[in-house]
Amino acid sequence: MSSNNDTISKTLIVVVSLCLVCAIVVSTAAVQLRPLQNKNKLLDSQVNILRSVGLIEGKASPQVIAETFSKHVESRLVDLQTGEIVADCDKACAEAFDYRRAMRDPAQSNALDGAADVASIRRVAERAPVYLTYDADRNLKSVVLPVHGYGLWSTMHAFLALEVDGNTIIGLNYYEQGETPGLGAEIENPRWKAQFQGKKLLNEAGELALEVKKPGNASPDSAHEVDGLSGATLTANGVQNTFTFWIGENGFGPFLAKVRQGALNNG
Amino acid sequence: MANAKEIKTVLFGPVFANNPIALQVLGICSALAVTTKMDTALVMCFALTFVVAFSNLFISMLRSHIPSSVRIIVQMTIIASLVIVVDQFLKAFAFDLSKQLSVFVGLIITNCIVMGRAEAYAMKNSPGMSFLDGIGNGLGYSVVLLVVAFIRELGGSGSLFGVQIMPLLSEGGWYQPMGFLLIAPSAFIIIGLFIWVLRAYRPEQVEKA
Repeated sequence: MSSNNDTISKTLIVVVSLCLVCAIVVSTAAVQLRPLQNKNKLLDSQVNILRSVGLIEGKASPQVIAETFSKHVESRLVDLQTGEIVADCDKACAEAFDYRRAMRDPAQSNALDGAADVASIRRVAERAPVYLTYDADRNLKSVVLPVHGYGLWSTMHAFLALEVDGNTIIGLNYYEQGETPGLGAEIENPRWKAQFQGKKLLNEAGELALEVKKPGNASPDSAHEVDGLSGATLTANGVQNTFTFWIGENGFGPFLAKVRQGALNNG
Repeated sequence: MANAKEIKTVLFGPVFANNPIALQVLGICSALAVTTKMDTALVMCFALTFVVAFSNLFISMLRSHIPSSVRIIVQMTIIASLVIVVDQFLKAFAFDLSKQLSVFVGLIITNCIVMGRAEAYAMKNSPGMSFLDGIGNGLGYSVVLLVVAFIRELGGSGSLFGVQIMPLLSEGGWYQPMGFLLIAPSAFIIIGLFIWVLRAYRPEQVEKA
């Protein structure tokens, strides 16, 4: 053990060279593995879209996912304010769109003030991707919307699949959240998610009627009520707020209004 | 390198005789968080064993050059780099599991076992022995984690590695899962029972009152 280890020059040399080596190792790993990681992320989002419409259940191999997705799903961008599908953005352009970045980028998103920010998401992107799914005969079957909102601890991300009437839910698939394991995190439980199938978003007056009730209080005959989660009231409120926001006028409201008028059937 | 007996002590000592979780009660944060399922626990065990072994190796190789005034930060840099590399590999090759493990892979950086072994062992011993010490402590950690995960997954979900062993009542079977086992406090209780059994078997581990 040399005693001159603690001189300032030796300390600096050791620290600087160690940092350099570590930085090179870490950045090499990050850069080299990025293509694989991006592929994983893409597959993950594709499989979650497919699960929300029930085209894939449970696990599937990457080939099956990619094939099913390209066969049945077309991505489009929607201008949230007008509700119009962005005309000059085809499938490839919509797939390349980075929605997560757009929601944070001040140039591509708008801040929400207190009253409008029902789901506590602070900013909303000007454009959002939607996914149109087709059956084998190229008939439009559903519209899948990416939605997110704040629960108790975390932002919860989901895909909401609607029938072409813009009202009937085909499936709600929470796929990313950081709620309490065993309590709020049960929003990812397939049995809980299955409750949403066939429910209607709106009542006859065209207002949002879907309601996440206290557990056990949802009437089985109701077209609008689902049970919440016991021990996870705030998470369930977050789910309700997510619906309120995204079905509302700052979310996909204008787009869904056009969907109900049959805008997707013309194209 | 030391003789065979010493190697054996260093490698297998931490499994029961000097278990980092049961005796030293270090690193239990992740033991609570990732043990609801066997597969996440197993990946966590591999990740931690890899990080302890290699951080011990590298720190031991550098030990005669590390200035004592900045030694902790030097150890942290090495450990953090290893953890980031492991995390990147998991994201590339085991994406689903890395999503389930979420922040807990990153939290290996602050796992007391890694820091503890670096400071207590690797700073004083040869690289070869330090590497073995890292593997040994990784094994000790793994034993506890896998035992806890085994009990929690089997009791809480009726499955092991995601394969249904006991069919659940809600899906037409006969087993009513114990939901308590899926929440964190149950891991405390299981670790407590583990320590109790271990100390009943090896009374020398009991602290003097």
